[in-house]
Order: sequence, then C-alpha cells, then structure tokens
Amino acid sequence: MRETWLIFRRDMTLSLRNPAWIMIGIMQPVLYLVLFGPLMEKVVNNTPGFPPGSSWTILTPALIIQLALFSSSFAGFSILMEYRSGLLERLRVTPASRIGLLMGKVLNNAVQAVVQAILIIVLAYLVFGLDAPIGGILLSLVIVALTAITLASASYAVALTIKSEQAFPALLNAVLMPVLLLSGILLPITSILAPNWLYTISRINPFTHVVDSERATFRGDFTFGGLYLGVLVVLVMAILAVWWGARTFQRENA
Amino acid sequence: MIRARGLARSFTTRRRTVEAVKGVDIDVSEGELVGFLGPNGAGKTTTLRMLTTLLRPTAGEATVGGCDLRKDPLGVRRRIGYVAQGGGTAAECKVTEEIELQGRLYGLTKAAALSRGAELTEQLDLSGLDQRLTKTLSGGQRRRLDIALSLIHDPKLLFFDEPTTGLDPQSRANLWDHIRRLRSEHGVTLFLTTHYLDEADSLCDRILVIDNGEIVAEGTPDSLKSRVSGDGVTVGVPEGSVVVAAEIAGQLPGAHEVTTVDTAVTFRVPRGDTAMPELLRALDSAGIAMTSVQVQRPTLDDVFLTLTGRSLRDAEEGAKPKEAVHA
Repeated sequence: MRETWLIFRRDMTLSLRNPAWIMIGIMQPVLYLVLFGPLMEKVVNNTPGFPPGSSWTILTPALIIQLALFSSSFAGFSILMEYRSGLLERLRVTPASRIGLLMGKVLNNAVQAVVQAILIIVLAYLVFGLDAPIGGILLSLVIVALTAITLASASYAVALTIKSEQAFPALLNAVLMPVLLLSGILLPITSILAPNWLYTISRINPFTHVVDSERATFRGDFTFGGLYLGVLVVLVMAILAVWWGARTFQRENA
Repeated sequence: MIRARGLARSFTTRRRTVEAVKGVDIDVSEGELVGFLGPNGAGKTTTLRMLTTLLRPTAGEATVGGCDLRKDPLGVRRRIGYVAQGGGTAAECKVTEEIELQGRLYGLTKAAALSRGAELTEQLDLSGLDQRLTKTLSGGQRRRLDIALSLIHDPKLLFFDEPTTGLDPQSRANLWDHIRRLRSEHGVTLFLTTHYLDEADSLCDRILVIDNGEIVAEGTPDSLKSRVSGDGVTVGVPEGSVVVAAEIAGQLPGAHEVTTVDTAVTFRVPRGDTAMPELLRALDSAGIAMTSVQVQRPTLDDVFLTLTGRSLRDAEEGAKPKEAVHA
C-alpha cells in the first residue's frame, strides 16, 4: 500500500509537470464529439435500431471508453522508457513490493482516464446539452477507471514481455482496431442494425458489454442486462489484467 | 559479504540456449573493493543482476550480505545498494524528489529520507542541486546522485555496474576519489564491474577477470600482472659492452627473453624493481656504466592477452550484442 501511494504520487507529480498530456489526450474524442456528434443527431432520430436515448447519451459514454482504452493501452511506452533508463531496476532492487509498484502506476493511469472523462462529459453537457443522471455519471466513471486499470496493466505486461519500442505500437494497433470497431463505439452494433454474424462477433468482444454498460449509466438504466453484465465483465478483466501485470513485474526476480 | 558457488544463468532465445554465465564462484569479504573485469558481453552485468536479486540464477547458490539469495531475496535487497549501468533517475524528477522516494521505498520517513539525503549530497558534492531536474545535471553529477541514492539506507554492501562508463576523464577521476572515500569513511564493501583496465588497476584491491561467462583469473592487480612473464626492463649501455651486459642480465634470477640492440639490452624479470639494484651492482663491478634504464610493469591488457590469447579490445569487438545479456 505504502509503495502504491509513493509511486502513484510520483507519477502524478510527473504528469502534472507536463500538463499538455491532458489536452493532447482528449483532442481526439473532442474532435469526434464536435465534428461527428452533430451528424448522429438526425441519424439516431430517423433510424430504428439504436439504443434508447438521445444521440449524445449514445456517443459521449462510448467516446469516454474509447479514450480510456487508447490512452491506457499506451501506458506500456512509459514502462519501456523506465526500463531503458534503469529506473525500473532501481525500483526493483529496493525491498518495495512489486505489486505495490505496479498498482501505483496503474492507479495513476486510472485517475488520468477519469479526469479526461470528466472533461469530455463537461464539454458535452455545456455545449451539446447532454442530459444524464448524476448517479449514472458517477457510476460511469467507475467503469472508466476499471477499463483503464485493465488496459494499463495489460499494456505494462505486454511491453515488458516484448521489450521493443518498434513492435509494441504495431501490436497495439493490430489489437485495438478490431476491438474498437467491434465494441460499437461510433455506431452501436445492435441486433437490428447489424447483420447476424457481426452482431454475434461483437457480443463475444468483452468491451462491447463495457460500452453497453457505460451507455446504460448515461440513460439511467440500472437493470442487469443493461448495466451489471458489463460491470461484471470489466471487473473480471481488471482482476485478470492486474494479476498478469504483477506476474510480469515479478518474473525474473530471484 | 558475498559468497557464490556455481552461479550460472542461461537464456533461451528462439530454440537456442546461450550460457551467459557458466557457473562462477565469487568470494568477497568485508571492506574489500573488488573489481569484476571483462569485455562487454562477458557476463559481468548478468552476474551482477543475479547477485542483486534482479535475475534468477538457473543454477548455483549465493549468500549476499548474510542472506541467502534464493530463500531471502528481500533480506538481500534491504542490505545492498545498487547502481545500474547508466543509472536510474527520471529525467523530469527533481533531485530532492528522487531522494525522498528512494528513502521512503526503503521504509524511511520523509524527514529521515531528506536529512539522510542532505548528508549524502553534501558528501558527494551535490549540495545546492536539490531543486534541479535530474536531466539538467551533468553526467558526473547524475552518476554521483545515483550513488547517493544507492546509499540512502546506509547499506554495507554496494554493487556498481560500470560506474564511470560514458564520463569524461575528469569526472571519472573525481568519481574514483568518491568511491575510494566511500570505503575509507563508511567502511562499505564494494563490488564493481568495469571494462576499463586503468579503472580496475587504480581502484580495486582485487580483480576477478571474466571472459565468456567464466572467471579466468583472480588476484590483486599486481599479482595478476606478475602472471605475465614479468616486467620488461631496458638498460642502456655504452657501445661495445652490450654483449657482456646481456650476459650479466641473463644471470639475474628469473631473467628471460634477453635481446640486444646497438646500445641497449632488453629482458624480462618477475620483479623489475627488485632486480634493478642487483643489476646495477653487477654491471658496476664489470666496469660497465649504465646510461639509462627503463622498467615497464605489465598492464592488465597484457594479463588479459596472456589469459585468453586476445587483447581486451579484440574481445570487445567480437562480443555478442548487449541485448543477449540484458534480456
């Protein structure tokens, strides 16, 4: 716990020293919101098959998950830098618990994702009149945090396994692109809109359920099918990913 | 402080097994300054990473600082300080932040970490740099900061991996002074790797020479050098007395490889400095007035050449890529 707090605070201090990350990080979702969101309004109103709610309660939560997915996946880059600079070895030669060190980093990624999500929500609320219940918003931030924890842990594990600045982004793109398309972030993949085979594949993708839950929180739908299935999925993924990351951190030690 | 038996590590890459370290025995007693000398890729870093709990040995056992490496790695970590090749500070961090973090990871309170840090920065000539980002420090300063960090919990055993690589000559000499002072003032035991002969020579009490994952020699710098067929001596004598002088030189105990040119005799003896007075007397009584004399101690490069049949520089060029050792 102590190590987690120390590393969390350190990474946070470093992130705040260069606050440009927060702006650069949310550029892409902001562009989607501004340049793509208005298109959705009429499409959603005139096409049957969309989930309930206005276009903004469909798009905003999905963009937040997309942001968490992408920014946390790239966390592995920072660990590669720390590995190359010898910082990682310096930490690993101290008596600090390895899982504590990992959790400190991962929690920092989670907090960043939540802060970015809040900025997006505030923008959607102020500019586009997003209308969502406050309880739902808070729950949606928990889902964002768990998504970030999952992706960041997995990213650290992958980066430390392949240890290559060239292969890492290539691998990320290869994995993230299909995951993104199959979770119906821009256009929801519903049984009415999508052909059967595509719908089936998208149901196998765990992140589809996470995006569905995130949308459910925004429209205040607290039923099992709408909300809790996705929460359960992301919780299980987070636990597995942290376990994987911790194992990678520990490996090779005497 | 260190006792290792048959410590070995092999890496498997693409169905090929590379034995980076092939079973080394290492003994280091308290207060010693021991150098681990070898070309790049010889297995120095791998061995060091095993001894510092960063890498699991594939065979063998070791006690480090009184704790068993396999059974009590946490105990080892508490008792040692380690400076990795190229250090380990974050570029965007302030000096004082690094010091505080390091101390607190070892269980110190913030106040204790900072006061210990102040003591160490003073000793290592880093005073007044507290608020600087580490990326703005000079190479020598950064390396001294690495050393200060490794000392934060007052360990009695230190491991330095190539501490002066990449430093300019002045910073190197300065760092050597600091390393010597660590030992004389703190009584720490130091185990460092280097591929610089002059560094091993001027700094270490004892040297282990490693090549291709095996320790090929061990001893004080002087005893290692005396393994080479001895010191080279060149004596200048007046024209015409070369033959007699060569005969006299050849009669010195242990003298060999006697060669002559016009006005000089060259030969090797085990100890050039002690053979000199005797030679002087002998030449004197033969009526030969020496015009000049030169004694050349063998270098560690000669040692490496004798032990492995190639010079350190050749070994470096033929070395395996660094990645294999780091994997």
